Amino acid sequence: MKYIDEFRDGELAKNLAASIGATVQPGRNYSFMEFCGGHTHAISRYGLSELLPSTVRMVHGPGCPVCVLPIGRVDLAIRLALERGVILCTYGDTLRVPASDGLSLMKAKARGGDIRMVYSTIDALQIARDNPEREVVFFAIGFETTTPPTAVAIQQADAEGLKNFSVLCCHVLTPAAISNILESPEVRQWGTVPLDGFIGPAHVSTVIGSRPYEFFAEEYRKPVVIAGFEPLDVMQAILMLVRQVNEGRAEVENEFARAVTRDGNLKAQDRVAEVFELRREFEWRGLSVVPYSALRIRQRYAALDAERRFKLDYKSVPDNKACECGAILRGVKRPQDCKIFGTVCTPENPIGSCMVSSEGACAAHYSYGRYKDMH
Amino acid sequence: MGEVKRGYVRPLDLKQGRVDMTHGSGGRSMVQLISELFAKHLGNEYLGQGNDGAVLPAPTLNGRPGRLVMATDSHVVSPLFFPGGDIGCLSVHGTVNDVAVMGARPLYLAAGFILEEGFPLADLARIVESMARAAKEAGVPVVTGDTKVVERGKGDGIFITTTGVGVLPDGLDLGGSLARPGDVILVSGSLGDHGVAIMSKRENLSFDAPIESDTAALNGLIEAMLATGAGLRCLRDPTRGGLAATLNEIATQSGVGMMLYEQAIPVKPVVSAACEFLGLDPLYVANEGKLVVICNALDGELLLNAMRAHPLGRDACFIGDVIADDHHFVQMTTAFGGKRIVDWLAGDQLPRIC
Repeated sequence: MKYIDEFRDGELAKNLAASIGATVQPGRNYSFMEFCGGHTHAISRYGLSELLPSTVRMVHGPGCPVCVLPIGRVDLAIRLALERGVILCTYGDTLRVPASDGLSLMKAKARGGDIRMVYSTIDALQIARDNPEREVVFFAIGFETTTPPTAVAIQQADAEGLKNFSVLCCHVLTPAAISNILESPEVRQWGTVPLDGFIGPAHVSTVIGSRPYEFFAEEYRKPVVIAGFEPLDVMQAILMLVRQVNEGRAEVENEFARAVTRDGNLKAQDRVAEVFELRREFEWRGLSVVPYSALRIRQRYAALDAERRFKLDYKSVPDNKACECGAILRGVKRPQDCKIFGTVCTPENPIGSCMVSSEGACAAHYSYGRYKDMH
Repeated sequence: MGEVKRGYVRPLDLKQGRVDMTHGSGGRSMVQLISELFAKHLGNEYLGQGNDGAVLPAPTLNGRPGRLVMATDSHVVSPLFFPGGDIGCLSVHGTVNDVAVMGARPLYLAAGFILEEGFPLADLARIVESMARAAKEAGVPVVTGDTKVVERGKGDGIFITTTGVGVLPDGLDLGGSLARPGDVILVSGSLGDHGVAIMSKRENLSFDAPIESDTAALNGLIEAMLATGAGLRCLRDPTRGGLAATLNEIATQSGVGMMLYEQAIPVKPVVSAACEFLGLDPLYVANEGKLVVICNALDGELLLNAMRAHPLGRDACFIGDVIADDHHFVQMTTAFGGKRIVDWLAGDQLPRIC
């Protein structure tokens, strides 16, 4: 595949690995957080950690859209499908996120809920047009990457006068989550999570640009290198981070210059601003309630807001007590530190959300890397 | 009014007609459906006996008695017609292959049809013709069958279950528990073609990919491989769950590990591009005309040559080694130079979001 294979070249990887090996300073440990699940997935799928020196440790961050979705939000979607009889549309991975009462959207579907996987918001709109007598709700989740298509769908439905379509908006914001991690006592006061820098998001940054990260570099003195999701992108970003740390710099650098600009996609940002406004607070799985960290639908489009339309009350539901997803999402613990990892909690029967998507730290480690724990 | 011929019965309307409940009720309509469609296309001396079961000669191989091998497979594919095939030929290939990978020569098939009320007879005719063609090509006749009709909304157009029997010579034993460290792993050609061809035609996901399903009967290829006398341990056709599921099954059954070499695994560019696009991994995508082979390392070349001489094994190649591993992991050296597990699939492959 042209334009992809070039970024998966094993020979170049060897050269980059050698450069990283030659650049790390002896006796010094490097600890970098890859914020995005896409990076977590690439690191695991291509076996990247085997190519890195033992002094470079990658900490998995919370940037996996389904991982940060709290139980209470999935419960709302399930209730809409089972009790209100709507056609509930959502993206693939979301179907398996565990919710209350041992349910997930997938299991709610088996109980008779009309729950459909879509590849895009356009499909959800089409389902609404094809079923004018039914209520169709799009369960919108994800970071800034998936927000613009939701905004477009809402405006499109509004323009068409589509009366049976609405959106259960659970879109969240990347910078708020990064702030939350940097402000956490583990990082700020106790130093139990050493963080020397971040690999910045790939697809999210194509939308929001590199500018929002400048604050973190400056305020918290942490280098950020924005990187693409291909394995060579990640290797190159690690090399750039090691250099910044060695030289005592804390800057925003852009490895993913082929897709990310400083200002990002202004058209997409405009659409998002037209349709959404900040929520005062939003509960995240793992990070608990984070102020100004998510979006809600503006009053102008209230008719298309499933929360208002169905008068939904959000109820917070605590995670399973034994589940360490919270600590894992903050980088405090590794998947293999969780007691139920790989025993009670497996990809077939996930207890915590990190075991659901292959972007989740637990599922990625279980599916691709657990042989390392055994030998 | 014109003359009506004596004994004339208006034939099935194979252009506009649809399956209705009477086609499964045991009356004249059912007999007509069987004779004008099933018997017409699939007919052979055994099916022609017209009894509740087919009376078949005792199986022999080269004049000597062998053991019976029996396999069954239900087919519920959507869409029913896809690039490179349809549910009809698939239902023949699937079961013929299940018998053949045991090392047996497939002899006969039985077919059960569950039809949904309202299903177009024209589609049914296309499917039955395709089955007949596939059965003829594979040299395995359908000797008995059954038809049921369910009410509209209680089926998905058509489900087909086929059962096959074959004969296995004494002394030949192939199976998932026979892989040993030091054996090599071969495949007969590129992986993921069938699954991607199907996905490219799903209604909510249509995209144009110049790719056809690989659905094919593998008994000819397998016969050519057996004729080499090579030290075969296990043959499998990696259908649902793809190569990954098949190898994990064998690793677990045999109590061994495996090491694959990503660079050696054949995947067509269009398949890997479609998988990239959909967020899927081709190692988990279904095949319907490919073989996974575990054999004695010394005979690897011999087998590869025999496979490459057959049209269905032209792109056969070596993809990995069986190794000792108490955890029975299937691992892979990635093209990138790292290592990872190729795990069982958890549920369906679902696309990632970001």
